Amino acid sequence: MQPDKLISMANQIAIYFKTQPGTNQAVHVADHINDFWEPSMRARLAAHAAEGGAGLSPLALEAAEFLRIPAQ
Amino acid sequence: MKDFIIPTSIQDDRDMGTPARTGAPVTLTIDGFSVTVPEGTSVMRAAAEMGTQIPKLCASDNMEAFGSCRLCVVEIEGRRGTPASCTTPVAEGMAVNTQSAKVKKIRKGVMELYISDHPLDCLTCSANGDCELQDMAGAVGLRDQRYEPGRNHYDPTGTGTLAQGDARARDTTSDLGNPEFIPADLSNPYFSYDPSKCIVCSRCVRACEEVQGTFALTIEGRGFESRVSAGMTGDDFMSSDCVSCGACVQACPTATLQEKSIIELGTPQRSVITTCAYCGVGCSFKAELNGDELVRMVPYKHGKANRGHSCVKGRFAYGYANHKDRILNPMIRDRVDEPWKEVSWDEALTFAADRMRGLQQKYGKNSVGVITSSRCTNEETYLVQKLTRAVFGNNNTDTCARVCHSPTGYGLGQTFGTSAGTQDFDSVEDTDVIILIGANPTDAHPVFASRMKKRLRAGAKIIVIDPRKIDLVRSAHVEASHHLPLRPGTNVAVVSALAHVIVTEGLMDQDFIRERCDWDEFGEYVEFIGDPRHSPEATEMLTGVPAADLRAAARQFATGGNGAIYYGLGVTEHSQGSTTVIAIANLAMLTGNVGRRGVGVNPLRGQNNVQGSCDMGSFPHELPGYRHVKNKEVRDIYEEVWGVQIDSEPGLRIPNMLDAAVEGTFKGLYCQGEDILQSDPDTKHVAAGLAAMECVIVHDLFLNETANYAHVFLPGSTFLEKDGTFTNAERRINRVREVMKPLNGYADWEVTQLLANAMGANWTYTHPTQIMDEIALTTPSFAGVSYDVLEEQGSVQWPCNEANPEGTPLMHVDGFVRGKGRFIVTEYVATEEKAGPRFPLLLTTGRILSQYNVGAQTRRTDNSLWHDQDLLEIHPHDAELRGLKDGEWVKLASRAGETTLRAKVSERMSPGVVYTTFHHPDTQANVITTDFSDWATNCPEYKVTAVQVSHSNGPSDWQEEYNAQAAQARRILPAAE
Repeated sequence: MQPDKLISMANQIAIYFKTQPGTNQAVHVADHINDFWEPSMRARLAAHAAEGGAGLSPLALEAAEFLRIPAQ
Repeated sequence: MKDFIIPTSIQDDRDMGTPARTGAPVTLTIDGFSVTVPEGTSVMRAAAEMGTQIPKLCASDNMEAFGSCRLCVVEIEGRRGTPASCTTPVAEGMAVNTQSAKVKKIRKGVMELYISDHPLDCLTCSANGDCELQDMAGAVGLRDQRYEPGRNHYDPTGTGTLAQGDARARDTTSDLGNPEFIPADLSNPYFSYDPSKCIVCSRCVRACEEVQGTFALTIEGRGFESRVSAGMTGDDFMSSDCVSCGACVQACPTATLQEKSIIELGTPQRSVITTCAYCGVGCSFKAELNGDELVRMVPYKHGKANRGHSCVKGRFAYGYANHKDRILNPMIRDRVDEPWKEVSWDEALTFAADRMRGLQQKYGKNSVGVITSSRCTNEETYLVQKLTRAVFGNNNTDTCARVCHSPTGYGLGQTFGTSAGTQDFDSVEDTDVIILIGANPTDAHPVFASRMKKRLRAGAKIIVIDPRKIDLVRSAHVEASHHLPLRPGTNVAVVSALAHVIVTEGLMDQDFIRERCDWDEFGEYVEFIGDPRHSPEATEMLTGVPAADLRAAARQFATGGNGAIYYGLGVTEHSQGSTTVIAIANLAMLTGNVGRRGVGVNPLRGQNNVQGSCDMGSFPHELPGYRHVKNKEVRDIYEEVWGVQIDSEPGLRIPNMLDAAVEGTFKGLYCQGEDILQSDPDTKHVAAGLAAMECVIVHDLFLNETANYAHVFLPGSTFLEKDGTFTNAERRINRVREVMKPLNGYADWEVTQLLANAMGANWTYTHPTQIMDEIALTTPSFAGVSYDVLEEQGSVQWPCNEANPEGTPLMHVDGFVRGKGRFIVTEYVATEEKAGPRFPLLLTTGRILSQYNVGAQTRRTDNSLWHDQDLLEIHPHDAELRGLKDGEWVKLASRAGETTLRAKVSERMSPGVVYTTFHHPDTQANVITTDFSDWATNCPEYKVTAVQVSHSNGPSDWQEEYNAQAAQARRILPAAE
């Protein structure tokens, strides 16, 4: 999928969890993505984050570390 | 002694004369028999309960007694006169005589008067065999009538006038003999009104008022001049306020108001009880037939969702089932620019199976997927998601609930622990204050709207939160106590402001919260919501809702008694759709409005089986019963029953499928009963996605818009042609029964099974009841559901299992499904879709009464007489600024695309907001909508699109190109000899 759309979707999720009380919001963002995104979408996002994550919000970028990427 | 405390059995379809009551037991004797009924019951109903039908004409058990026909008179020991049994309540020890010489004489006299002003053309009358007047003449033993014939009908001497049924009356050149003769009103496409047959019992007028709540009818004139009148002087039924719900036709005891199908086809001889295939109310109907010819659909009085009422769609708009556009033979083609070729089922299924397997071999097993249908049955939906999980070997299954109520699943799941509404429809009868947000039930859920209006007429209050002045803001005998006309996209800010007022003014239900909710999370929520930035005054500039109005509405909801929240797609189809659902759940918990009758959170589902399609595991991350695929113990259940390994990772959602298709990684789709090209947002992107696929299988009734890009067309069956179940918005599982055999040869579940087996599966279902048994075996909330149970109980609401063998009308009664109710912070975040200089207006889209979704069904009926094209509703101020007049062609443009349609200047709109429907493919409203979506679920943001409106000369280039492409795509080669 196009990285632009994945970036936008990840940032939307991050905006929501950023407003929530408590800590570890990056984990919550990643949990949401792990639960609802198909693995190849997650892999694309993780790859984009690994390349610097242009366009990703700081929280979305941080969350990328916790994405579950299944072995191909 | 007979004890009739418990009312009628499910199969008892008799008219009991007056409504049931629920008071303390009262014992009386009727014709010497003792009978016990609830206090408040009429003598007429008490007699009916013990099996004695007192003659009647103006009474019916779905409306209050009127006492006008005088046919139901009785004698009561110790009382003077002959009271009407319909208006006389029972009393302890009362002794009633229904057949004394005195009352028999009165009834015969009354009946003689009625007949004196009624045509005696019974043999050729359309109500012959189904006429209460005829029945009552027989019941009272009328054998003669001694009066001069009435002046408005046939006179055997030839000096009067003619009945409508008389051939001479249809000859417009003949002298009808009487200037007082009033021709029948044939303006409504579905029923006729023949004044000459009217006995002025007022049942139609009262049905319009009490049952439907439209108040379109009245009795005009006095004495012999009394006539039923629709609307104002000069109106006919079509031009009046009549919404064609059919309640008046159903109520009419004669042929005065009569279905045209009965006039044409005759009186039906058999009936089958089934469930409507339109909106999420899920009305029960009696399909009445002669042989396999459907004559009419009559709302079933024991239907627990509709309680005997109907709307113009379910009652009348079934003609699409036999429309000439229906495709009954399978078709295939190699490329979408080729014409279709009709082939055998075997050839089509082999072609489809080979293509899908070939794509998986070439591009990987995840390169194909399915879209299940919210219009198909639970059993069919279950099989389609099973096809992708057990045969394709992935979780690429999604449903059109993605684009409507997926945020409901997420929001209510997070807060309450289950993805469904909390109440049954009956609950509204105990509601004191309704919040209606983002829903227009009088158009989209009309039968429930009638029940809502009935409650409002009884004194309940309604707060409407909607950018438009919908009918429930102000219409006959309904006026919202508050209308909060919010700016599209600001739902979260408005609902949070309501909560802010309730918290800061100390109006919350602390006892409920302490007992039922997580107190720590509530503390965090209070700290958040109490912040002044959420106050009505702070958000007024943003939302457009006057602060004082919002404060008053919040106070009313918190202090006005039982508060219930009803909502629709105006809540969910936003970038913050899930957050708004959470905010609504917060509001309900905050005010203690969960877990009893009259309260709750009630999502109004758009299509007939949205709830069911979600329940059945249509989403790519969930197996049936809303259990995530990552949970091994859940996968184990299906792996054991299905004998295959289930993928533990979520699959693609619909928008993800289309994105992946454009990118070249998603190649094959089986789409059952949905038209994503017309219904999904950003039409050009959907078209690009479909065009990029190498095998699109459309399984539908018609060559819909999606089929323009299909390689395989599998003919579908209508709801009349199959067995199964639908689950409505109140979690009610209703039986769908085969009324006639499938015209295409197979019910949809059979076609899915044939496709699965062509791909190597070995499914052996022989009836949908076996599929339901498998659902019950594998899904805890359906564990107690079977066709036998549904036959016994009529319907059940899930959860239906060992703990709740008769189902669950109310959820979260003793505690939330998740344990403690969870308050969640709901910060308002503005959508990225912004109005600006180029696109200064905000477009919202929706539905109107006569049409349904993409219109595939209703456009192929006479419902199009009410709405033959999509219109753009625009406020007079916005129209004047642009020099636009009502009825003119206008161009509607957004960043995504443009289309043209005609303008409808309307003060229902707020300034700055325009509205249109998406029922007609010629308009393709979704070429305008964007791909912005809900943060949690990807539900599209249909309700906020920045647009500009300007003059136009006619269809846009895109529309002309689209229509040309569609015409090419629908070519069918002549069948080989």
